[in-house]
Amino acid sequence: MNKSGVVLGLLALVAIVVAVVSFEPAEKKEKVVVDDKTKVGFVYVGPVADAGWTYEHDRGRLAVEKEHGDKVETVFVESVSEGPDAERVIAQMAADGVSMIFTTSFGYMNPTIKVAEQFPNVKFEHATGYKRADNVATYSSRFYEGRHVLGLIAGKMTKSNTIGYIASFPIPEVVRGINAAYLAAKSVNPEVQFKVIWVSTWFDPGKEADAAKALIDQGADILMQHTDSAAPMKIAEERGIYAFGQASDQAAYGPNAQLTAIIDDWAPYYVRRVDEAMNGSWSSTDTWGGFDTGMVALAPYGKAVPDDVKAMAEEAHKSITEGRLHAFTGPVNKQDGSPWLKAGETADDGTLLGMDFYVEGIEGSLP
Amino acid sequence: MDYGLLSSIVHSILVASTPLVFAGLGALIQERAGVLNLGIEGLMIVGALAGFATAVAGSPLLVSIFAAALAGAMLASIFALLVLRLYANPVATGLALTLFGLGLAALAGSQYVGQAAPQVAAWDIPFLSQIPVVGRALFSHDPLVYLSIFMALVIWWFLTKSRTGLILRAVGENDTSAHALGFSVRGVRFLAIICGGALAGIGGSYLTLVQTPLFVEGMTAGRGWIALALVVFASWRPFRVIAGAYLFGSVSIIQLHGQALGVSIASQWLSMLPYIVTIGALVIIAGRNDLTHKPPGALGSIFRESK
Repeated sequence: MNKSGVVLGLLALVAIVVAVVSFEPAEKKEKVVVDDKTKVGFVYVGPVADAGWTYEHDRGRLAVEKEHGDKVETVFVESVSEGPDAERVIAQMAADGVSMIFTTSFGYMNPTIKVAEQFPNVKFEHATGYKRADNVATYSSRFYEGRHVLGLIAGKMTKSNTIGYIASFPIPEVVRGINAAYLAAKSVNPEVQFKVIWVSTWFDPGKEADAAKALIDQGADILMQHTDSAAPMKIAEERGIYAFGQASDQAAYGPNAQLTAIIDDWAPYYVRRVDEAMNGSWSSTDTWGGFDTGMVALAPYGKAVPDDVKAMAEEAHKSITEGRLHAFTGPVNKQDGSPWLKAGETADDGTLLGMDFYVEGIEGSLP
Repeated sequence: MDYGLLSSIVHSILVASTPLVFAGLGALIQERAGVLNLGIEGLMIVGALAGFATAVAGSPLLVSIFAAALAGAMLASIFALLVLRLYANPVATGLALTLFGLGLAALAGSQYVGQAAPQVAAWDIPFLSQIPVVGRALFSHDPLVYLSIFMALVIWWFLTKSRTGLILRAVGENDTSAHALGFSVRGVRFLAIICGGALAGIGGSYLTLVQTPLFVEGMTAGRGWIALALVVFASWRPFRVIAGAYLFGSVSIIQLHGQALGVSIASQWLSMLPYIVTIGALVIIAGRNDLTHKPPGALGSIFRESK
């Protein structure tokens, strides 16, 4: 009995030794080449295969590799939880000789700033945050421009006048999306009502699906989401209602259900910033790109979208791209009735970036 | 109150709880045999992938369930080998099993992302499903919901009424004594681990076949850990596992509906609730002296026959 146990143990040990030994040369070879390459790192909050948020960041990473070829080497760590774990991962990357690190979730803000202090020669790029330093730039997309178009379509197409909204965390990014979509929907359908469920997670397909079912059971016939998995789209397809894809084209999950999707296209930004880092023109900046920069795009309209609604959506898309239309244009009151924007006034970026209030007409309170 | 909505809520609660029932029972049967397996999360996700992959390939539901059980059992057999034969530390091995299962499923499952499995049809129980409100809430479910309750019944009967179950409990309470009486401690524990793995695998497959229903890596999202907490909460009793799972499912579904209805309770509190209840249960168990709430005496022990 014990003998066979020992033999098995020895076999396992031999296997490990062999594996380590045979791995060694490959690693060494890599190191020789690495020295003249720019190493770019990415930290992801979800798995690359989430078919949403992280998937699109990874497409941006692949675009960097394609554009700069042999001059760069990219590394990434996926499914890094926001908090102390993130700090460890980012610091490890910086210590491994990565010279430029993209941290792609709001919750990485403080860890990024902290690690950046320890590695002044490494360039950091933090997505969707607001804290910057000499070696920390921030970038985000004006997703609310996309939400405006989604809101118009939802307002026109809902029959129950109830839109279900699956939200993650009450950060400005998410609140802004809800407000933008609501104002747009309301502008074409005064009867429209938003039901918002906060699931306190970016990625939990089971919980997102449960939230989707809850919203449908309570009368929602169109779903919007600000979480990262395609589960709500799949549920919408099963229940025969409509939904909007999040971060990526999710038509594969809802061939009939998807009306359109906001697509985050990080590729142009990532390629440009890596380029700047390599030729020395990089500096800490704050980028907030919308339709006009190509960082926000819309998936092809679903076959359920009628022609007149499609025309209206395309017109709004065009107006925003050309700067003729702003998603937050007065008169708009805050939820408590206090005035926010006067008639014709548009919201300034500062207020939008720190948005912590619902606009008038949305029911419920922020968690 | 809108009765249609009420019946939908109860229906959703049963659906959300079912993966936990299977996984909790899987953990329970192992723990009653004295095996602490922290790899439930890994077993679930592997089962989730196996069930989904076979369903996408067009297999009937029964085959998908069997595939999920088989995948869970196979992964569990690695755990059994390491813990029972090579005397590896069960806590570390269980944690490794979770990480390994998540990674394996991510690797093998990447091609299934974006695919759709056929919808699982509900089995309406004759007559009972016709009752208004209650019928849809309780008697119009997919077969797996009924199976989960049936499994709890079987495990309860096995543990309390059968001789083999008595042997399993003896092994879990005191492995040295059971060995001295001539029972095969490793044999019993091996079978318990295999059965537990199969149950956890089926629990995982419920997520990909019914609840979500799609596959992405990491989609078990901590349910394996909740299942482990449930077993403690249930003080190692099968029916209490069901009760605990439904309680947990109720809390999570009702808070979603509450939000949509405009009732605001901080969802962070509700996310914490099952764990707070578990800690509370542990404190109560620790403070009591009666045998009915005690964990199995040999839980997590490493048994060497040569001893």
